[in-house]
Amino acid sequence: MSIVLQTHELSKRFGGLTATNNVSISVERGARQALIGPNGAGKTTLINLLTGVLTPSAGRIMLNGKDITRMPVHQRVKSGLVRTFQINQLFADLTPAQALAVTISERDGWGYRMGRALGRYPTLMDEVASVLQQCKLLDDRDTRTKVLPYGKQRLLEIGLALAAKPSVLLLDEPAAGVPDGERHEILNTVAALPEDVTILLIEHDMDLVFSFANKISVLVNGALFVEGSKKEIAQDPRVKAVYLGEEMTGSDYV
Amino acid sequence: MTKSIAEALSPSAALQASGRDWGRIRWFELAFWVVAIGAAFVLPSGFLLLNELAILILFAVSLDLVLGYAGIVSLGHAAFFGLGAYCAALLAKHFGIDPILGLLASASLAALLGLLSSVLLVRGHDLTRLMVTMGVALLLYEVANKMHWLTGGADGLTGVTMEPLFGSIEFDIFGRTAYTYSICVLAILFLLARILVRSPFGMSLHVVRQNPLRAAALGIHVNRRRATIYTIGAAYAGVAGALLAQTTGFASLDVLDFHRSADVLLILVIGGTGYLYGGIIGAVVFKLMQDWLASMTPQYWQFWIGLLLVVIVVVGHQKLIRPWTWFRKNQGGAA
Amino acid sequence: MLTILFDGVAYGMLLFVLACGLAVTMGLMNFINLAHGAFAMAGGYITVILTARWGIPFLAALPIAFVATALLGAVLERTLYRRVYGQNELNQVLFSIGLTLMAVAAVDYFMGAQQQFLLLPEWLTGRSTIAGVGIGHYRLFIIVICVLLVIALQLILSRTRFGSRLRASVDDPRAASGLGININLVFISTFAVGSGLAGLGGALGADLLGLDPTFPLKFMIYFLVVVAVGGTSTITGPLLAALLLGIFDVAGKYYIPTIGAFIIYAVMIVSLMWKPDGLFSNVGKK
Repeated sequence: MSIVLQTHELSKRFGGLTATNNVSISVERGARQALIGPNGAGKTTLINLLTGVLTPSAGRIMLNGKDITRMPVHQRVKSGLVRTFQINQLFADLTPAQALAVTISERDGWGYRMGRALGRYPTLMDEVASVLQQCKLLDDRDTRTKVLPYGKQRLLEIGLALAAKPSVLLLDEPAAGVPDGERHEILNTVAALPEDVTILLIEHDMDLVFSFANKISVLVNGALFVEGSKKEIAQDPRVKAVYLGEEMTGSDYV
Repeated sequence: MTKSIAEALSPSAALQASGRDWGRIRWFELAFWVVAIGAAFVLPSGFLLLNELAILILFAVSLDLVLGYAGIVSLGHAAFFGLGAYCAALLAKHFGIDPILGLLASASLAALLGLLSSVLLVRGHDLTRLMVTMGVALLLYEVANKMHWLTGGADGLTGVTMEPLFGSIEFDIFGRTAYTYSICVLAILFLLARILVRSPFGMSLHVVRQNPLRAAALGIHVNRRRATIYTIGAAYAGVAGALLAQTTGFASLDVLDFHRSADVLLILVIGGTGYLYGGIIGAVVFKLMQDWLASMTPQYWQFWIGLLLVVIVVVGHQKLIRPWTWFRKNQGGAA
Repeated sequence: MLTILFDGVAYGMLLFVLACGLAVTMGLMNFINLAHGAFAMAGGYITVILTARWGIPFLAALPIAFVATALLGAVLERTLYRRVYGQNELNQVLFSIGLTLMAVAAVDYFMGAQQQFLLLPEWLTGRSTIAGVGIGHYRLFIIVICVLLVIALQLILSRTRFGSRLRASVDDPRAASGLGININLVFISTFAVGSGLAGLGGALGADLLGLDPTFPLKFMIYFLVVVAVGGTSTITGPLLAALLLGIFDVAGKYYIPTIGAFIIYAVMIVSLMWKPDGLFSNVGKK
């Protein structure tokens, strides 16, 4: 079992506020790991630190054994570390097909090609077609993103991450804001990812967490509270106590 | 592509069809350019005005590349225009080189300046960008002013005679050759730009402009993209300036003046940014307006231009071009 | 050499008075007001008209110029600026350039394009030499006025209720209005004072900087550099930036006359390369 993503005493302070407190977490290759915790626990901050959107106040981040603490965002993506955003970060005036096409062309390093039209690379467009199919967005391929309903935008958000062919994928609340009936689409898309892709998932939806993850890390007040397998966490009384008001009886999830 | 046809096609074919549509050059575009170039051979006169217009359009398109595609508001685009103008004028005057070579030299020099200033430009925030663009143009103006032994200072550089194009086509006094030359250069550069904006690079610019955060999350080096298109925009502006110097045989400090930067910004506001044709529409409207206003109040037409800018912004671009909305409340018209 | 320093400080302080209104506007309304120079020009021309045509003494003309320009600012804020606040950068730039062009053309039409000369009272002209340093009386006057203004501004900001309301509004307009602070009032009065200060600066600087219709366009870059380098979150930031700029500019023009005019651009480039968000600002802007 090799460790793919690892943090070493990672901390982030904003003035007097410590958002991330000495977090040392490791994710193994091919893991299906979830990061849970009450609101304000610092989950998104951790993702932002891992992806380079925020610079840590202390500590290190290692990707495949390489120290990426100082590496800029786009370079981490090139190294295979991809994330989705909790609030959709899409391109309002582009169509899903266009957004995916750009994603794939960037992935393959064609970002500076100036000759042929983007839409005329047959293999690229084929791949766009298959991602659109996977995300059930084929019929909306030529619709401007800004007029798509929220659920479809969310699918596109995940589709962009899939198209980037990540080796490590960080999902920030992929089902956030998606109506109950459409959640299973998201679940299925995420579940269909290849086995060797390492996935770290932030979620509040416990159904999704316990059906998806085999290892769970619990973050409270910016610090790593406890880590363990699905079974261990479900039965841990301290975790239940931390989630005041959350419905979570151990027997449901064993 | 209607739904029923789409359903009949395989996903792959459907996407191929969609993709071919992206940035497709339409027949009426080509027709437009044929007419524009054909005018050089068919029209009996008016070439000096048309030449001016062609150069203005090229300058506007060069700013569109920067403003509409990189999202950089530049108040000093005249820097590249002026640099190109002086470069071409000096090369012609002292070395008598072929006009096309002069264009290439001007483009390269302007591109170099663009590249250098893009280093500062992409790092800072709004105010920094504004200052850098303004500052570079002002700096260049001062340099040109001080180096009057080279540039002719406030009087300008005269005695610029052009070698015949391709060694045989002379520049005539009626401007027919000048216009043909300018419109052909414009057409070629425009079509190149059309190809550029639908290429992977060009599409990535849309992505960078619409959501830089997500663009970086796709692995795009955002600043480098912006710097690249800024350099290209600078090169285009340099060619426009060179054309002016070559076709009028003259270059003065006016080519670096602030009003040039402001005018071309207004042109894009009128015509719209981000689709390349805004420069054409805007330039035509602007020229017409300028002639009309200047004939009324020759010295103070700047006042009306200023007023137009204020009105456009306060009332809102969308609202302004739809007079029927003027009497409706609450259209929320931001340009 | 100390004389150069003295002259530079005077110049810098003048720049500060001219630019501080711009800094506050940028910090408060997030608005890039390129027409700021036009207010300065207005103040200068008003003073010239008052002293030369109406025979009002210089010292009396100064506060009148301040008030008149402040009023002008208030009127424009209420009628025009307020509609442009939320709009994007391009629109703000276009709007303020439009205003500037209108102002420049109007002044040219009414007052002519030639440079205006301000008749200073007797006791302000001339210079004395104190301890080997050449002290121009007018420059000394400027320094004194500006120092008083800086102290007054600092006191207003930190000691008065208006000051705390202003600081709250800069920090977070929505939260501030949620606390019952009348944001509109804060905006209009701040804008008025900022424009008034610009007008005062224009009046003071007419003699030193030269006054003609191209004033706003010529000096806009100076104001922008002061604000960009000094930041918009403090008073001391722009003050230090203005002093820096003033000293370097005067020293540069004296010691290396040929490239003197480029010093400002060099300062701008160097400081931006070192700290793109401004030398004295801790706040990263959008």
